Amino acid sequence: MVAACLPRERLRPLAGWLLLLSVGSVAAGRIEDQTEQFFRSGHTNNWAVLVCTSRFWFNYRHVANTLSVYRSVKRLGIPDSHIVLMLADDMACNPRNPKPATVFSHKNMELNVYGDDVEVDYRSYEVTVENFLRVLTGRIPSSTPRSKRLLSDDRSNILIYMTGHGGNGFLKFQDSEEITNIELADAFEQMWQKRRYNELLFIIDTCQGASMYERFYSPNIMALASSQVGEDSLSHQPDPAIGVHLMDRYTFYVLEFLEEINPASQTNMNDLFQVCPRSLCVSTPGHRTDLFQRDPKNVLITDFFGSVRKVEITTDTISLQPDLEITESRVTCYC
Amino acid sequence: MAAACLRLVWLAPLLLGLVDGGRAEPPRDALREELVITPLPSGDVAATFQFRTRWDSDLQREEVSHYRLFPKALGQLISKYSLRELHLSFTQGFWRTRYWGPPFLQAPSGAELWVWFQDTVTDVDKSWKELSNVLSGIFCASLNFIDSTNTVTPTASFKPLGLANGTDHYFLRYAVLPREVVCTENLTPWKKLLPCSSKAGLSVLLKADRLFHTSYHSQAVHIRPVCRNARCTSISWELRQTLSVVYDAFVTGQGKKDWSLFRMFSRTLTEPCPLASESRVYVDVTSYNQDNETLEVHPTPTTTYQDVTLGTQKTYAVYDLLDTAVINNSRNLNLQFKWKSPPENGYVHYQPAQDRLQPHLLEMLIQLPANSATKVSIQFERALLKWTEYTPDPNHGFYVSPSVLSALVPSMVAAKPVDWEESPLFKSLYPVSDSSSYFVRLYTEPLLVNLPTPDFSMPYNVICLTCTVVAVCYGSFYNLLTRTFHIEEPSTGGLAKWLANLIRRARGVPPL
Repeated sequence: MVAACLPRERLRPLAGWLLLLSVGSVAAGRIEDQTEQFFRSGHTNNWAVLVCTSRFWFNYRHVANTLSVYRSVKRLGIPDSHIVLMLADDMACNPRNPKPATVFSHKNMELNVYGDDVEVDYRSYEVTVENFLRVLTGRIPSSTPRSKRLLSDDRSNILIYMTGHGGNGFLKFQDSEEITNIELADAFEQMWQKRRYNELLFIIDTCQGASMYERFYSPNIMALASSQVGEDSLSHQPDPAIGVHLMDRYTFYVLEFLEEINPASQTNMNDLFQVCPRSLCVSTPGHRTDLFQRDPKNVLITDFFGSVRKVEITTDTISLQPDLEITESRVTCYC
Repeated sequence: MAAACLRLVWLAPLLLGLVDGGRAEPPRDALREELVITPLPSGDVAATFQFRTRWDSDLQREEVSHYRLFPKALGQLISKYSLRELHLSFTQGFWRTRYWGPPFLQAPSGAELWVWFQDTVTDVDKSWKELSNVLSGIFCASLNFIDSTNTVTPTASFKPLGLANGTDHYFLRYAVLPREVVCTENLTPWKKLLPCSSKAGLSVLLKADRLFHTSYHSQAVHIRPVCRNARCTSISWELRQTLSVVYDAFVTGQGKKDWSLFRMFSRTLTEPCPLASESRVYVDVTSYNQDNETLEVHPTPTTTYQDVTLGTQKTYAVYDLLDTAVINNSRNLNLQFKWKSPPENGYVHYQPAQDRLQPHLLEMLIQLPANSATKVSIQFERALLKWTEYTPDPNHGFYVSPSVLSALVPSMVAAKPVDWEESPLFKSLYPVSDSSSYFVRLYTEPLLVNLPTPDFSMPYNVICLTCTVVAVCYGSFYNLLTRTFHIEEPSTGGLAKWLANLIRRARGVPPL
């Protein structure tokens, strides 16, 4: 199956070179670089699955972590219809929140990551291991609305971010159940078998996070974790007015890193691996790229965090059919 | 050439459209928006938004493909699930009728959904389950938890609020999820259903960070069929989106009872929604405050509206946003209203105590009505003293200094002005400025307060008892653990014993 992809990969650069000749540009060197970069990644759409698995007010920081990534991903272009956001508890309108309808990531209430235009797809008791695995594998009851589905295809780049409390080989969901690294690896393999992703970036911010990606065996997966096995991921800073820790260290520095990225930036994954060294994070962030086919230095941050569309310019004329059939539209319920 | 081809191709369907256009004109829809601000007796203020879209179309029979003001998401729900009525609400908090008076529209805490299906539906439970799933996607709420374990079919109440042919309660379903939280993620899709979204008209006031900082927040969607005209020959669909909030005087208002739109919503009104046929703000100016305060509204309303609402006669100040005189050259409308207290309210000065630093001070300037008794009471807390702060006779109690009443009492008989040197001493005690009243200063009795007195002998008792117990127990255990026994040979005696036996034999006593 992996081999079947290769001939297509070889044909596309060929088509690219033909385009070059027909256009006839003067600055041939620059166009070559652009074209090569054009076909660097084979994805056409981006999805994000962001999961916060912790309940209770003192786990405010996990919700803030997830919302920071949600905010960055929306800012870089992925629309709400392509984001599945799962928050296990409600912090913004929690009776203990002194500023309702806000979730802050920086102390002194500098940045409200909850915002005014947020859409949470799975919330409160719906965030369970079963629902998470169903979202990933697509085995969802037929009555599930569209906004709660991961409708990815084989040209989708998916970003999966998880945060919560975890241990060596498991991640705790809502203090009542766990997901093991083997289950997660099997879910990703099901996704690969069903061609539900082109490339997958898995980020996890939890204690002993590196244990969660140890068991992956499907191709095209890159993983990052906030700490190695045997280490704890620590929280960043408390806010005296709110009374809890606002963010975890790793995600805090990832957020600062992502705030510098805009849709046109060329920053690559190697820079993301350097985020939060041991001096800032206290734990040692880890990453895994052996399953990934491309070199991380050729992978742009916006390949996963943004929704940068490739535009193909063509000078051929396209003639539209005169008899347009109006198909009966399904009930498209959007959230 | 290619462009010309394209143009010709597109013109063909356009022409066809024009020919057919005469037959079916698009159904007309109208939007009315309204905000009612009700200052409540307790100093809080309630704001109720209502956005009503009326759509003159019979969804059941026609196939609709063009949606203008009526949101497509809800229109498709009506036709797909054959709904007759839908009522969905999300509420946080509880409407306190005792302090706030009766509400316009109350909803239970959490999420409530009740639906009337058309009588053409064969499997109502299946449609109900699918409908709740679809609504959970639209409103980002966990309505998918609605199933047979929390659904009921009321038999007597929840009759249809719109037009109804027959009321077979078999087609009614009702469910409540009290655990459901309402937050910005539910407000965002609710706002997106409005024709002007949150860009113009009254919906610019809907900012989440202010709307959730309230004692009561309730947002709802109501869909029902209504008569299109007085003879009721055809049906229109009515969609009402309502949002009620109550701002607390102390939490949000910081104790002050003057309100403005900016203080409540952190926004002001700039323009009406261009799609609305009516856009009005009503302020309830009926003054029923028991402190005898009157409500002052600024800017002064041009029209008022009087009617009987919820059983009582009420007067409303009306601000019509479509009237250009209301939003004048300042280009924004910030309604302000405050409670004007009657001027002779009096002066109160209160300085609270600080432990071991200063006492309470309460000074009040009051008007005592004639032939009446006025009672002033103050609550205080008793604190525990440290054991060194007690006097040697703590059972006596602690004294509170007497209160002072200084008054200018009107005199029955006009007094002559006083000459300090000539008149007797008892007349010149207090300076008198006015001959019609005399000054008097009265004192109350001092108050003797009994504070909880600890038993001062307890430390001594405790030390004695504890030391005794410790000594006895410890001593015994120490002896038991460390005492060693060794056998001792009885000694033979020696010289002293021989001498003693000699004397004993002489006396006739048995020897040692």
